[in-house]
Amino acid sequence: MKEFTEVQGVTAPIELSNIDTDMIIPKQFLKTIKRSGLGEGLFYEMRYDEKGNLNKNFILNEKPFSDSKILIAFENFGCGSSREHAPWAIKDFGINVILAISFADIFFNNCFKNGILPIKLNKEEIDFIISNLQKYKNILKVNLINQVITLGTSDIKFDIESHRKESLLNGWDDIDLTLKHKEKITSYEENNPNSFWIHIER
Amino acid sequence: MQPQTIFDKIWSSHIVNEDKNGECLIYIDRHLVHEVTSPQAFEGLKTKKRVVRRPNLTLAVPDHNVPTIDRTKGIVDNESRIQVDTLLKNCKDFSVPFFNIDDERQGIVHIIGPEQGFTLPGTTLVCGDSHTSTHGAFGSLAFGIGTSEVEHVLSTQTLIQKPAKNFLIKFTNKLGKGVTAKDVILYLIGQIGTAGGTGYVLEYAGEIIDDMSMEERMTICNMSIEAGARAGLIAPDEKTFDYLYNKPLAPKGKDWDMAVKCWLKLKSDPDAKYEKTLLIDASKIEPQVTWGTSPEDVLTINSTIPNPEQYTNSEKKKSVIRSLKYMDLKPGQKLTDVEIDKVFIGSCTNGRIEDLRKASKILKGNKINPNVKAFVVPGSGLVKKQAEAEGLDKIFKSSGFEWREPGCSMCLAMNADKLKPYERCASTSNRNFEGRQGRLGRTHLVSPEMAAAAAIKGKLFDVRKI
Repeated sequence: MKEFTEVQGVTAPIELSNIDTDMIIPKQFLKTIKRSGLGEGLFYEMRYDEKGNLNKNFILNEKPFSDSKILIAFENFGCGSSREHAPWAIKDFGINVILAISFADIFFNNCFKNGILPIKLNKEEIDFIISNLQKYKNILKVNLINQVITLGTSDIKFDIESHRKESLLNGWDDIDLTLKHKEKITSYEENNPNSFWIHIER
Repeated sequence: MQPQTIFDKIWSSHIVNEDKNGECLIYIDRHLVHEVTSPQAFEGLKTKKRVVRRPNLTLAVPDHNVPTIDRTKGIVDNESRIQVDTLLKNCKDFSVPFFNIDDERQGIVHIIGPEQGFTLPGTTLVCGDSHTSTHGAFGSLAFGIGTSEVEHVLSTQTLIQKPAKNFLIKFTNKLGKGVTAKDVILYLIGQIGTAGGTGYVLEYAGEIIDDMSMEERMTICNMSIEAGARAGLIAPDEKTFDYLYNKPLAPKGKDWDMAVKCWLKLKSDPDAKYEKTLLIDASKIEPQVTWGTSPEDVLTINSTIPNPEQYTNSEKKKSVIRSLKYMDLKPGQKLTDVEIDKVFIGSCTNGRIEDLRKASKILKGNKINPNVKAFVVPGSGLVKKQAEAEGLDKIFKSSGFEWREPGCSMCLAMNADKLKPYERCASTSNRNFEGRQGRLGRTHLVSPEMAAAAAIKGKLFDVRKI
């Protein structure tokens, strides 16, 4: 995975709570066997009308937001299904950071596996950013090393768990990290007192 | 030793490694795999020349994308067929056991896991599907994962996790007549909201849970994710053991006896600590129906559509306005005046044999409303076979329902079963999101009994009055 240090770019506010994974990437795009190319399906039912024409009123279809690198929304972003197609679509569209008041667990976790940084901010901070974005051409800078979001002359600090930060900064692959514990996994299997009933003979 | 919850017990017995930040590598005992969230994981293994560590602890089945009508011609939709074929090829390449589409054991992952005895108490169980929480009904710590994690489990049989917090949902008193497990879980989601359980494992307890069958408990745990909790848990008891006894993949003989002894110890200790506890008076719960586009938008059947003005929170007000517009409903309108076009009975929430028995009991001797198109999708081939042995298919068909082949079907509408724009459906599934059952389709989540009642009346209806 590519290393993540800083993202600067256009930020699109989608002023909704409970943006669910069906909204982010509808079912017809789940039939793929690839990870790439899902950007075209991002927010499909909001971006296109029934005939497949671009809905000009949807923010990601407007300039400059069609080149957004950052999304901002309210509560419980990414609720619903576990489909990793949701972060794949977001990433493929060009978005690398999501700011929200809260996230659904599975989605939040899936973001990190794909080099997307989801940041939790409080409501005042989200409202502040949304109401002041225009003054600064809708541009935010998100620096992961210092854990700071910059809007014009204002800095907003954010929290991130240290291991997640380290993984993103280094672009680490979780499986590679886990395979370093291979002996511990084997030892767990060999010493598990329940293995007599957990094991399946076929 | 500190008193522990059932979650604490399962968690602590599965830690392979713990780092200084409290982040754990936990062992995964059971992994269910389906065609939609696995192809990229297998591709990852191939690219990096990795193997599946414990193929025998894995079980694969196509369910999301399979047709529910005539399967003799195979899967007509090109993309769906490629996805199912890819699953089968991957399983063969990596020696992962699977049930093919023509196998009578094929069905929805969360139905076949328990049916086969693959799901067991005290295990950790994962699947690339959020409704994996279903298996918590057996006292299995079960949760949904993304595709990267599917690859991680295939390759290492572990996951990197931090422990969840404990949230006890304790029901007091008994349920009223005609009130089902589905009503209980919808009511709970209405109370705590779709983010109320985020970061927690929900443990369900109380007399009504003890009284419930395993299938009813599965319905409860299934929708834990709709309350934001990745997992739900119910302590295993005699009912759990009776259900699993002699199931194909459950332990046998002496191993069974010893396993039951281990499972009996899983129950939360009397003084175990919960970060949160909620008491719910079960006698207050009535048949539930969702009216909006989130499972938390739920009301008792004899209610009226809410007025956005009654919400003081401006975000909530905006979202109610949006939902009502999408659902084409007016504030003050009676739910029982809402006419429906379709009825769907099925899904991992309500596609089991007891669900079909209960719905057919309502339908017996009745015809569905001529304006309604209704269909039943059994959760698995074995559910279908059992239902047919009991003659339930005949009851459904003579009332006007279509009787289909097993799969996820119109719960998420990946196959050909979908709502047309603006069609309204009473559905026994788990999500009423915008577009979930088809673009611009309108979903009302209900129990199987309420779905049957709606089919007969052609509108949402209180099943207790039938």
